[in-house]
Amino acid sequence: MSRRPAARYALRAASLAAALGLWQLLTSLNVDLWLRFSQFPTVADVARAFGDRLSGPDYWTDLTDSLTRILTGFLLAAVLGVATGVLVARSRSAEDVLGPVLEVVRPIPAIALVPVAILLFPSNEQGIVFITCTAAFFPVLVSTRHSVRALTPVWEEAVLTMGGGRWRVLGSVVLPGALPGIFGGLSVGIGVSWICVISAEMISGQYGVGYRTWQDYTVVNYAGVFVGMVTIGVLGWLTSTAVELLGQWLTRWLPRTSYVPGGRMPRAAAVAVAGTGRRTQAGVPTGAGSALTSKDTEPGEARDEHLV
Amino acid sequence: MSTSSETTRATGDTPETFATGTGTPVTGAGVTAPARGTRLALRGATLGRPGAPVVTGVDLDVAPGEILTVVGSSGCGKSTLLRTLAGLLPLLSGEVTQDGRPLTGPAADRALVFQEDALLPWRTLRANVELPLAIKGLPRAERRAQADAWLGRVGLADHARQLPHRVSGGQRQRAQLARALAAAPRAVLMDEPFGALDAQTRAGMQDLLVEVLGGTGATVVFVTHDVDEALFLGDRVALLGNGRLTAVRDVPRPRDRTAHDDPARVALRRDVLSSLGT
Repeated sequence: MSRRPAARYALRAASLAAALGLWQLLTSLNVDLWLRFSQFPTVADVARAFGDRLSGPDYWTDLTDSLTRILTGFLLAAVLGVATGVLVARSRSAEDVLGPVLEVVRPIPAIALVPVAILLFPSNEQGIVFITCTAAFFPVLVSTRHSVRALTPVWEEAVLTMGGGRWRVLGSVVLPGALPGIFGGLSVGIGVSWICVISAEMISGQYGVGYRTWQDYTVVNYAGVFVGMVTIGVLGWLTSTAVELLGQWLTRWLPRTSYVPGGRMPRAAAVAVAGTGRRTQAGVPTGAGSALTSKDTEPGEARDEHLV
Repeated sequence: MSTSSETTRATGDTPETFATGTGTPVTGAGVTAPARGTRLALRGATLGRPGAPVVTGVDLDVAPGEILTVVGSSGCGKSTLLRTLAGLLPLLSGEVTQDGRPLTGPAADRALVFQEDALLPWRTLRANVELPLAIKGLPRAERRAQADAWLGRVGLADHARQLPHRVSGGQRQRAQLARALAAAPRAVLMDEPFGALDAQTRAGMQDLLVEVLGGTGATVVFVTHDVDEALFLGDRVALLGNGRLTAVRDVPRPRDRTAHDDPARVALRRDVLSSLGT
């Protein structure tokens, strides 16, 4: 636990390098022990193919196409999922009206909706976004519903007795309070979105990383298939890290028990300790303690020793 | 029950008498435009959740500006009474009125202070105190000034930017007090606000409460299971037990620390304890 960040990043890089090394070893030696690596491209082959792709125009078109699809679908799913989740959790009639439909649709794998998407939407593009959105929608919906139901009632009662209405409760209690749970759903959702956007592209896309990967397979360009897979892996990692970081930043108020990056907590703790030091009779006020004495504490000084 | 005759007593203890004279410095932000307290009344009221009445036949009149403490063993309906007065829990029968008008729901002029942490954990102490002011519609700068002034009054000026879980339980309750009083409510309903604190902190909080209430003129209903706390704070003390409001008694020399061995107070304490069955 006490490892420093630099050491931890070195360890992570080493783990990736070891995986690549193993791959290179197995493929360059044409290992054929039940699992057959002889047909596999080596790491060097894939790297060369990657370099060629990067300089070509199609790669970047594929990349932006896939990213546009997944971001559109995922953002739609996030908004719709949170809105529906809150609605179902907070309103009994919404639960009765929407609940059965949602529960019946939920078990259907989003990729099985390809025929529906083809029938419904005038273009493939919209169909892929629809499938991506449906895939991410349910994890977001379910986690939102659960975390809204798990909110402490006292928070809502507090806002109500301040004269707040339902919109105030929604904005000041429900949404911020459910945020940690919502981000759990979003993290799952972005992963499922990638699975579905790639599959949908393989089935019905024009351009896109999934489409390109499948094309390469059909023309027996195995190095190209691996370039596609690496691209998907890296994009997936980047997007889920972005969701994760956004979630951490938005829920930074959560009490954290162990390691806190940046070392802000020790400073805050030091201030708290200095604050208590000022009040002890023993007379060990630290420098910080005297700085804390402010204009409006005079009547409270004697009393304050009880109030730590 | 003889409660109704006792409840009609006019409160001689006007708020000014319990301002402890410590001269709390209040900045020019105009923290307390003195709001007069409100009168809360229950007539033949049955309180509880539908199908599960907790307290029946309650006749209670809380006079403007008085501090009424409510004692009773746990589970006797103290919190139910408070939630009803807050407007969070509808009456099962009878009527509840505020200044003679039926009380229909929660409102900003009846603030509620909870035992547990009711501060929003994602807001700093200051942002928590600003919340009722924001609901009131105050502009941002004024909100901030008033919140800072209130945090100063409860001795939390140095902790304004801390999150609730970074400060102690006593400090959180002080912040809750500031939040409840910030919007200048006409009634403050307190549900065992110091119940989770240790004895020393609790005594300090009682003094602080008396001090910050001074001049607001707010009516206070203070629920506690601690008889000594009830007798120290209350102008009157109401006893709940066996699903009924059993008595409402005047407290001699309220909010006077030296009065604990006053014979009248000692006698009242004995009465209260025996009627609570301890």
